[in-house]
Amino acid sequence: MSEPLVEVRDLYKHFPITKGILFQHQVAAVHAVDGVSFDVMRGEALGIVGETGCGKSTTARLITRLLEPTSGSVTYEGRDVTKLSRREFKPLRGEIQMIFQDPYSSLNPRKTVGSIIAEPYKIHRLKQGKGERKRAVQELMEQVGLNPEHFNRYPHEFSGGQRQRIGVARALALQPKLIIADEPVSALDVSIQAQILNLLKDLQRDLGITLVLIAHDLSVVKHMCDRVAVMYLGKVVEIAEGDTLYNHPRHPYTGALLSAVPVPDPDLAAAKRRQVLGGDLPSPTNPPPACRFNPRCPKAQELCRTDEPLLEPKQGGGLAACHFPLTDGEVAERVATADTA
Amino acid sequence: MSPLLEVDDLHVQFETEDGIVKAVDGVSFSVDRGKVLGIVGESGSGKSVSMLTVMGLSRARNATITGAARFDGQDLLKASNDDLRGVRGNDVAMIFQDPLSSLHPFYKVGKQLVEGIQSHQYMSKAQARQRAIEYLGMVGIPDPARRFDSYPHEFSGGMRQRAMIAMALVNEPRLLIADEPTTALDVTVQAQILDLIARLQRELDMAVVMITHDLGVVAEVTDAIAVMYAGRVVEYASTLDIFRSPEHPYTWGLLQSIPRLDRPRDEPLIPIPGRPPSLITLPTGCSFHPRCPYVQERHKQVDPRLEPLPDDPSHRVACLLTSDTRKRLWQELSAGKAPEEAREEVVEGGFT
Repeated sequence: MSEPLVEVRDLYKHFPITKGILFQHQVAAVHAVDGVSFDVMRGEALGIVGETGCGKSTTARLITRLLEPTSGSVTYEGRDVTKLSRREFKPLRGEIQMIFQDPYSSLNPRKTVGSIIAEPYKIHRLKQGKGERKRAVQELMEQVGLNPEHFNRYPHEFSGGQRQRIGVARALALQPKLIIADEPVSALDVSIQAQILNLLKDLQRDLGITLVLIAHDLSVVKHMCDRVAVMYLGKVVEIAEGDTLYNHPRHPYTGALLSAVPVPDPDLAAAKRRQVLGGDLPSPTNPPPACRFNPRCPKAQELCRTDEPLLEPKQGGGLAACHFPLTDGEVAERVATADTA
Repeated sequence: MSPLLEVDDLHVQFETEDGIVKAVDGVSFSVDRGKVLGIVGESGSGKSVSMLTVMGLSRARNATITGAARFDGQDLLKASNDDLRGVRGNDVAMIFQDPLSSLHPFYKVGKQLVEGIQSHQYMSKAQARQRAIEYLGMVGIPDPARRFDSYPHEFSGGMRQRAMIAMALVNEPRLLIADEPTTALDVTVQAQILDLIARLQRELDMAVVMITHDLGVVAEVTDAIAVMYAGRVVEYASTLDIFRSPEHPYTWGLLQSIPRLDRPRDEPLIPIPGRPPSLITLPTGCSFHPRCPYVQERHKQVDPRLEPLPDDPSHRVACLLTSDTRKRLWQELSAGKAPEEAREEVVEGGFT
């Protein structure tokens, strides 16, 4: 947990909105990721949370280079992956793997589970012997809690939770150093979610894999992650150690998010004064000037509309991009946490 | 005073090519005026189908429906389609999970509200428009007079859900059925919508049935909870009892398998093993037995009934373990024991 495995610096991704058929011209751009910088430490689990449209999935796709950034760099083990050619990047694809949200659309329905999991071997020309490949696939299935005898079955014969296990097995095939899981449990039933979360946690611990977990569910991220980054409209607004973030949030948006999560405890729910955030998420095509949270922020002042706050260390908390960070007193008023339980 | 809605031994079966799907298999519950009932369960537990049936929305050719659903004394299951049309959207209204597919994309939002008003009340167009705008404003849509003429696609997800709520409330129903009203929404929007429903429920003294899989949501808004599994209610009690002294192993499983913000992060999650059964070939005996850590030979044959606890008749559980055993098991589980340890301690310790 000392040195960074991935360094993300000033990452931008703008999707152009064009008009016209023959003479296309860009009329605007969706600022999906708008100047994001953070490190992922070796062996840690980093959570990225935020609401729909905050750019968390785009960030994941930029790190794995499923998308090309507009500008900025992603350095993986000292090499800027955004500058590598496709051929140079190919060996790294094995080291950086992704688990997707929807276990239904991320598996080819016409392939058997065995060949889905063996696909990475085929692409990277590994385990060429037939018996060798089958053995490796069955070991992977065993490792993720699937019955290895089922390698000849098709995805539709499996439940959602089992499918997600297939996705995990495929991601593990090339012994990755970094796994990026994009909402790995949000499509699953409640009683199944815990099975997959426990599996990911065990694998991460046992194999020493670095995990980037992207989720909108703050409870899931709290359970899984050492550090958490909170995104809002294409920017990281706060990043801190898990306990620090959940007990001492400094950005008002983090505070609002935490207070919005319903707590499964009627006593706490009755005691807690929920701070309800007004308004809707502004359009990422035309984000508000300076601090992007200012139109919805209960603490906003003139400065927030003119000067953009930098991501800086805040007293008693982690890094936050805010001119008027929350104090512990305000947090106690608004957020129910383990301390008050 | 009799309850506003009383569902009694409701069965809903669908005949399909693969066999008979027992979607709802003997469900009873009731809601009083001004109270909120939560129905909790996973997908396929029958929670949505039972409420759709109450509304008369599951009357398909392949459906067999028995039992009773008395709304203010009238059995909705026996009501004609014409009578039901007078009830739906008027006395009983429903909010669906996905606000985009529940609003007609071709018509302006305001027009859809006006249609809802005019199909139940004699009111001029101008009056209905006035009322629609009033309700759009009440649910927190900014500048409702202008938004009246917007199309659904021009609304954000949270606003569409608000528009749906306005549409459901515009005739001041006595019962509101909310089917996963916040599942498709972000947490901050979810907080807005839950607050809105709670406020309107108090102001209009409505009864609400909230269908959800999210235990956090029910803890915040409900008075009583029915936990459903495989087409049945397995535990039915006040919200406080469900969270403080739950007695069904499935309820324990749900409570212990969710990561929670109010607990330290290293507390392990205890998943429920296996997965929900097929509703065509239900397990024999207790439907939960293949996944239950405390199963005994007898549970595989005997079908448990929803029975009141000896010491608390308002708390009903469908489980073959004795109430004492269950209380001791929950005590062990709450003290941080794993289900297997608790089982050894209590069940195999000779207390059954």
